[in-house]
Amino acid sequence: MADNTNGRDLPEPQFDQFVSKATSRRQFIKGVIASGAAVSASGYLFTLAGCSPNPKSAGGIERLLTLNVNGQMRPVDVLPNETLAMTLRYKLGLTGTKLGCDRGECGACTVTIDGVASYSCSTLTHSVRGRKITTIEGLEGANGELHKVQQAMIDELGPQCGFCTPGQIMSAVALLDANPHPTRDEVRHALSGNLCRCGAYDHYLNAVMRAAGNGERVSQA
Amino acid sequence: MSRDMMSAFELYQPDSVQGAVDLLAKFGKDGWALAGGNDSFDWFKDRIKRPKYVVDLGGIASLKGVREMPDGGVEIGALTTLTDIERNSVIQGKYKLLADAARRVASPQIRNSGTIGGNVSQDARCWYYRYGVNCYRAGGNTCFADTPQGQNREHCLFGASRCVAVSPSDTAPALVALDATMVVLGPKGQKEVKADDFFIGPNIDIQRMTVLEKGEVLTAIRLPAEWAGARFYFEKVADRNTWDFPLVNIAAAIKVSGAAGSEKIDAIRIAAGAVQCVPRRLTVVEGVVTGQPKTEDTAKLAGQSAVRGATPLNFNHFKIPLLQNLVTRAIRDA
Ligand SMILES: Cc1cc2nc3c(=O)[nH]c(=O)nc-3n(C[C@H](O)[C@H](O)[C@H](O)COP(=O)(O)OP(=O)(O)OC[C@H]3O[C@@H](n4cnc5c(N)ncnc54)[C@H](O)[C@@H]3O)c2cc1C
Ligand code: FES
Ligand code: FES
Repeated sequence: MADNTNGRDLPEPQFDQFVSKATSRRQFIKGVIASGAAVSASGYLFTLAGCSPNPKSAGGIERLLTLNVNGQMRPVDVLPNETLAMTLRYKLGLTGTKLGCDRGECGACTVTIDGVASYSCSTLTHSVRGRKITTIEGLEGANGELHKVQQAMIDELGPQCGFCTPGQIMSAVALLDANPHPTRDEVRHALSGNLCRCGAYDHYLNAVMRAAGNGERVSQA
Repeated sequence: MSRDMMSAFELYQPDSVQGAVDLLAKFGKDGWALAGGNDSFDWFKDRIKRPKYVVDLGGIASLKGVREMPDGGVEIGALTTLTDIERNSVIQGKYKLLADAARRVASPQIRNSGTIGGNVSQDARCWYYRYGVNCYRAGGNTCFADTPQGQNREHCLFGASRCVAVSPSDTAPALVALDATMVVLGPKGQKEVKADDFFIGPNIDIQRMTVLEKGEVLTAIRLPAEWAGARFYFEKVADRNTWDFPLVNIAAAIKVSGAAGSEKIDAIRIAAGAVQCVPRRLTVVEGVVTGQPKTEDTAKLAGQSAVRGATPLNFNHFKIPLLQNLVTRAIRDA
């Protein structure tokens, strides 16, 4: 698998380009709002207008968008080449979502998108417009009580160092939403896209089985 | 190690296939079709491929889903995720081979966003190539994997032609075994290509893995009724059960007649992945077993015939018995 490219000379991206475009586009959006037109998600969807022959056109998508994260609508300015993990961590301050490999190989960045477990490091933020994103921060209840999977993780001493835990929990939550009473094997399968460098796998399985309220606690498969 | 951002590109999100084709035609070699991105983002993050214009196909509803066809076959939209294919009741019922193959790809999260179109269109996984060296496939004049020191445990047994990379896809051999047809839309209109011809080796074009040219979009994959409900066998051997690409995988569709215990093989299509730059259709095996009783002896003979002509590299001799055993099992256990 590709490792790294240390030492190679690569040209810097042209950020100054973005800055000037961003300003004018922001003014454009303000204008749209002021004129009373609804700026709906579908308004951002590309129409052939993006084929504009104007060479200075910034391309098809509008950088400003509103993300539905943890039940809140969060306006944010997103680069076309920005991953969801970057937006969540560095723009929205939701650092509970971890970056391990940034290559789809570890699962630390797992969030749910419309309830489906997804690697946020391998998702463009612009592709989740209008969809419902949930991160580890969004699991607690209205009064701050932990989600049953989070509570079970504590009760079963699930994590060791804890780095992979948010990702493991998000995979487990997605599973239990779709299949409230899974077998231990189904849990194993659902968490198989989440590496744990500490090797706490069995503890995680115990916790998810407890959260599922399957009654029995099966410490060893 | 985490690296920095992907290099900058402009993003387009058309909502129709024609819109995507028009954009890709306009951008030419500077454009890139994006489906789930699981293959693409590695290239972008490593800054080895740096398209100026990325056309996200994810918003094109007509490219998603499984449709039953009047002739009894199915048509699968190219943007259908591997998870949706794995769970689709029609695929499970008639073409379990493909559901089984889809289920063995990568990890659950990658299957949730990874598409069948991206899976069959993905690029080679040779790590020299992926590292960004100037090898044959990248337009240079060396194969770094095929040198005395080259690490080529994952590389090919057959069909080397300067490049020794293999077809990395788990679904590709299943589609070849099911005699699928790929539907491609491009600036010149629509064309249909048999899975057998869709994948191409370095002897035809060393810089591509499929017949797709820049600007063409794979819109759908059709499975003919002919192999619906046949006996199937899929097996993938990889270092780990999650994430890892196949060292060898095998996909077989077999039609049998006769009573249990004295069955005869009437027809078969069988293909292996990760042994050649294309999914390798094992026509020799098909010839050897057609019309034969479905017995241990036939299966053994099939395995032996599968590896005839294999040319191993320094570190991949193990793939020969692996392929042989997988073929034997496929004939015996399908
Ligand atoms: C960690 C990891 C492990 C993996 N393991 C496996 C594995 O075990 N088995 C396996 O088979 N694969 C594996 N993959 C490879 C692959 O990324 C996924 O299988 C996935 O299916 C690719 O689909 P995608 O939609 O994400 O592709 P994308 O990255 O969006 O596209 C891949 C390529 O196909 C082109 N493309 C995509 N759709 C179309 C279309 N409709 N028309 C024209 N061109 C198109 C793109 O331009 C790009 O070049 C792995 C990937 C990663 C990152
Ligand atoms: S950081 Fe996304 S899978 Fe590792
Ligand atoms: S608890 Fe340390 S990586 Fe999983």
